[in-house]
Amino acid sequence: MKNQRKGPKTAWAAQSALLPMGMVVLIAYVASILWTVRISFSSSKMLPKSDWAGITQYVRLFTNERWTIDMVHMVQFGVFFISSALILGFLLAVFVDQKVRLEGVFRTIYLYSYAISFVACGVVWQWMFNPTLGIQRSLQSWGWESARFDWIASQDMAIYCVVIALLWHSAGLVMAILLAGLRGVDEELWKAARIEGVPRWRYYVSIVLPQLGATVSTAVVLLAISVVKVYDAVVAMTNGGPGDATDVPSKFIMDNLFERQNIGLASAASTTMLVTVLIIIAPLMYARSRSKTAASH
Amino acid sequence: MSTLLTPPVSTAIPSTLGSAALGNQPRPRRTERPRAAFFSPARLGIYAFLISAALFFLLPLYVMGITSIKPMDEIRQGNIFALPLAITFEPWAQAWSSACTGLDCKGIAVGFWNSMEILVPSLLLSVFMGSLNGYALSFWKVKWANWLFGILMLGAFIPYPVMIYPLVRMFASINMFQSIPNIVLIHTFFGMPIMTLLFRNYYAGLPVELFKAARIDGGGFWRIYFQLMVPMSLPIFVVAVILQTTGIWNDFILGLIFAGRENFPMTVQLNNIINSTQGEKVYNVNMAATLLTSMVPLVVYFVSGRWFVRGIAAGAVKG
Repeated sequence: MKNQRKGPKTAWAAQSALLPMGMVVLIAYVASILWTVRISFSSSKMLPKSDWAGITQYVRLFTNERWTIDMVHMVQFGVFFISSALILGFLLAVFVDQKVRLEGVFRTIYLYSYAISFVACGVVWQWMFNPTLGIQRSLQSWGWESARFDWIASQDMAIYCVVIALLWHSAGLVMAILLAGLRGVDEELWKAARIEGVPRWRYYVSIVLPQLGATVSTAVVLLAISVVKVYDAVVAMTNGGPGDATDVPSKFIMDNLFERQNIGLASAASTTMLVTVLIIIAPLMYARSRSKTAASH
Repeated sequence: MSTLLTPPVSTAIPSTLGSAALGNQPRPRRTERPRAAFFSPARLGIYAFLISAALFFLLPLYVMGITSIKPMDEIRQGNIFALPLAITFEPWAQAWSSACTGLDCKGIAVGFWNSMEILVPSLLLSVFMGSLNGYALSFWKVKWANWLFGILMLGAFIPYPVMIYPLVRMFASINMFQSIPNIVLIHTFFGMPIMTLLFRNYYAGLPVELFKAARIDGGGFWRIYFQLMVPMSLPIFVVAVILQTTGIWNDFILGLIFAGRENFPMTVQLNNIINSTQGEKVYNVNMAATLLTSMVPLVVYFVSGRWFVRGIAAGAVKG
């Protein structure tokens, strides 16, 4: 810890004050996670058992059609949501950074949706996408008689409805993160680039974007983690439907824990989710520890 | 990794969101630029993009607003984007006091008060714990605590489903499962990484001489905390309160599992009202209920401005 100060050694008051944190870490985090991992190797069904069943639950999990579909959905969410949120967030940040009037108003508008709960977000988009009374009918009433916008009721397209709702919810956050990065880019660079005759868009793509590497990867990690754990928005918007068109891993786990009484299978799924998150954050941790060593030299 | 996330946003953003309200900060900047630039095609393009993006973001809010004040006949016959012909506030009254959740028809008010009952103690406990942890970690040498802090930071990234079931069993074994104290403790547990990080980073930025002087004056652990550190860290207390208020209010999954049926928070009630399968869907009441549920975080957002941005920049790592 870089910022650690040398305090007095008679620190029993400090130790006892940190005791609750210690208990929370050891019980709520460490013990819970280990317990889940342990149960995933048992034959638990309705109640947790402490026997040893090897990788039976994992075999069941990965041959489970619903779980395979959920993983595919997670990848689809990952690709479409992360790329669209990055593109929209980056464009918003760049355009807001052009010394525009009412900049504060624009930023306030782009970010307010992030303050709203995922449930409310899912609910309002469910209404907008309503196949009979929503956007589709507006398009038709404006003269485009053959307009079809019933994605939310379609097996193939419903997932994009959720992507749009999540994009609306989180693009502002990406903007805020990238804008902070943009403000850290030296303005002299643009002056130099302009003298060289570099067009504005080229300056952003070839000069600014590479400089924002760390900021962009922060945004990607945050978005990726929100993809892995997406739950509330889906429950409120489609409840996984139509059919299983928008079902997600979190919903699989929650259903198996609390409705289907399949503790072992749910624990195997949770452990898989845990590993996924660790894979996502590992590069960030690695980069951080490297930059720390670099800074100390 | 979270220390990496916090600083950039919190340093660069504050000045401008607040200036929207003041309205006088962008002006000096504008004079630096030649006036004609505003009318160039490129500038028009910039504004066209910014305004269309703003419309995309505002559209759901607009639709919620107008739907909530239209009578149902108008919704059934008309256009989702059309302004109401006859304005009615009946849906708001219904949403508040008589909307049906599938269990009963007492409206979303029940959820509002439940959320308040959950929010207040969770807020007090989690912010207090965060500041205490941050202070002890920054100024007192407790070796094992830094290891735990490292694990806690990692814990901020772990999805709830990984930890939920063991916690259910633990609370059930001490007969606390599905009660207000249960959900309050759960919010304190899961809020701890971000709260501790927030305060630790803030205290790490204070001059250590301050602490040393207080020690020389004979201040003990608690006296320095209450008389020196708490008054000195009021700004970060504000950020922490904003962050936890919106976070706890917007929570769904934890309230659903740990609060218990009588204490379901507003988000769970909202979902039950909207997706209850009985009867005809009353879209105007649904939208009024959605707006009511979003009211607390929206007021916090619009009132707090730059403070909120600091908070979510740090809070983005949560959960």
